Amino acid sequence: MTTHFVSQEPFDPHSVEKLTPEQERLYLSSQWRLMWLKLKRHRLAVGSSIVLVVIYLFAFFCEFLSPYNLHTRNTDFIYAPPQRVHLFHDGGFIGPFVYGHTYRLNMENLKREYSPDRSDIQKIRFFCRGDAYDFWGLVETDVHLFCPAANGHLFLLGTDRLGRDMYSRILHGAKISLTIGLVGIVLSFILGIVIGGIAGYYGGFVDNAIQRLIEILRSFPELPLWMALSATLPVTWSPILVFFGITLILALLDWTGLARAVRSKLLSLREEDYCTAAQLMGAKPGRIIGRHLLPGFMSHLIASASLSIPGMILGETALSFLGLGLRSPITSWGVLLNEAQNINVVALYPWLMLPVVPVIVVILAFNFLGDGLRDAADPYK
Amino acid sequence: MAVYLLKRLLFMVPTLFVISVLVFVIIQLPPGDYLETYIAELESQGESVDPDRIEFLRAEYGLDKPMYEQYFVWASGMLVGDYGYSFEYGLPVNEVIGDRLFLTVIISVVTILFTWAIAFPIGIYSATHQYSWGDYGLSFVGFIGLATPNFLLALIMLYLANVYFGTSIGGLMDPEYIDQPWSVDKLLSVLEHLWIPVVVIGTSGTAGMIRRLRANLLDELQKQYVVTARAKGMEEKKLVRKYPLRMAMNFFIADIGSLLPSVISGAEITAIVLSLPTTGPMMLNALQSQDMYLAGSFLMFLALLTVVGVMVSDLLLALLDPRIRLQGGAAK
Repeated sequence: MTTHFVSQEPFDPHSVEKLTPEQERLYLSSQWRLMWLKLKRHRLAVGSSIVLVVIYLFAFFCEFLSPYNLHTRNTDFIYAPPQRVHLFHDGGFIGPFVYGHTYRLNMENLKREYSPDRSDIQKIRFFCRGDAYDFWGLVETDVHLFCPAANGHLFLLGTDRLGRDMYSRILHGAKISLTIGLVGIVLSFILGIVIGGIAGYYGGFVDNAIQRLIEILRSFPELPLWMALSATLPVTWSPILVFFGITLILALLDWTGLARAVRSKLLSLREEDYCTAAQLMGAKPGRIIGRHLLPGFMSHLIASASLSIPGMILGETALSFLGLGLRSPITSWGVLLNEAQNINVVALYPWLMLPVVPVIVVILAFNFLGDGLRDAADPYK
Repeated sequence: MAVYLLKRLLFMVPTLFVISVLVFVIIQLPPGDYLETYIAELESQGESVDPDRIEFLRAEYGLDKPMYEQYFVWASGMLVGDYGYSFEYGLPVNEVIGDRLFLTVIISVVTILFTWAIAFPIGIYSATHQYSWGDYGLSFVGFIGLATPNFLLALIMLYLANVYFGTSIGGLMDPEYIDQPWSVDKLLSVLEHLWIPVVVIGTSGTAGMIRRLRANLLDELQKQYVVTARAKGMEEKKLVRKYPLRMAMNFFIADIGSLLPSVISGAEITAIVLSLPTTGPMMLNALQSQDMYLAGSFLMFLALLTVVGVMVSDLLLALLDPRIRLQGGAAK
């Protein structure tokens, strides 16, 4: 008979693999923290989120950062081209300044011609008083980060057909264009979670009905339906109502994808033991869904929701461009681009197309951020 | 298979019914009707409006009847191929659309072929050369294509084509060929104009397709059968073409469903900017002037095509991919 060696030491289950404190922290960290750690390594996503934060800050402080107000007209400078900012004049340092425009109407083709007047040096002022504005309804002030020289003018990105400064208008437009995507996504998020939650949790007839509804909504091509719905917004509505109408339309057609994701997740999760336990303890469906089931895949939902923000921004731009979306005086990038509809613009006033640059940047940034979030939220990657 | 097909077809009936109700509600939603728009337009031109004539028109088009009756007339007419009457053009909807449909289909088909021709090689290259400079560059170009609003691209291309090739602005042919019978010159003129919409509409579709093909192919390339085939010494090109590419094609077949309606709707925004004689601008116009039967027929037609398209792609998937089973649950 052979004898076995039996250690008398108390058994330590971690004896095989000792965890360093670092590993331990990683293993015990919450889902959100894991997601954050993964996201941090996705350089493109981090860069994009920085870009987005900066752009949103610009939109938030747009009145302060722009030299003119949204509707300030400079009737002497209609379709003025962008001015270049110079630092030196004839070899001497002056500081940031622009040359004043001299205006001449070319009588042959009736084209407005502007040329920089090198004798007219207009120094840009900083932290100066200009157009009065109401900062978010809180403070009334007229301080701007920079303004044109006294009695001068400053059009960094040119002016439009009413002599309004494009740079200021693009900044003001950002406010609307950037919020419409966020408001829309919040609405569609709520719709998707509630409707998808109901479908997934109850199953059976309710699920079937909702599934069919989603299928029907999806069987319309997106743009024609957008167009049809926004054509139904009465012309008599105030611009603010139209804004909400458009957001609602964008959201109403967007929630289906999220609802499907919520439903399929809930269908499997509601069979879990912890869900049964909650039911036995008398929790109501709303609480079970909201408190126990949703947090399990919230990160995934947010990631996929962020990917549909660019679609909404593009949608608003397209609708406004067609004249079906927002209308002046509400100004979004789409409304600005509406003025660039004409081929003449491309040929004569190409700076009117500049609002497309922030559109592209924002959409790319949201796409990259969404990609990064999705990868980070995926536990199998 | 036959049972499945029958089931799907039967199921289309209630779906289409609900869709038709929805469409009718949408086209009825704007306050007022076409006649009111018409009156306002006449009055703005300083012309007097004869109330008797308006009443006559209203009765003629059934606009005085209650909603459900109007719906019934419209829906039952559609069943026998009568899509109603376009107020604006003063013609039956069939005739109004018929003309434009031909050109729309030409543009769309060429665009789809263009998209495939570009997207496939690039998608395959990107997937097989993942994380190479070529992959990064092409992905970046694709992203830009996705993010640039189509209408702007259309404007710029239009301008460039005019400056460098002297192509006339807008439309699908030089002005002198409009309403002329088809001839070689007219065809050449159409070809000269065709490439702009094709490239503009194509770019956004191409970018999306490249990304999806790349993602699908990448998933397949990591699978074990690929490793096995490679270990056995299969030539790389043949290897990709023979197995993973075929598997990655599933998404492509699933896409056919959404392709069908887009052939008809013909990229509305681009068409409007380029003033193409296709169905897109017409639909926008109909929606704005409340030419309700024309707009309604468009929406209905598009929805029908989507429903049919989805069914076709489901059937194709089932035919081509033995892993997909028609009876749910049997595969467990």
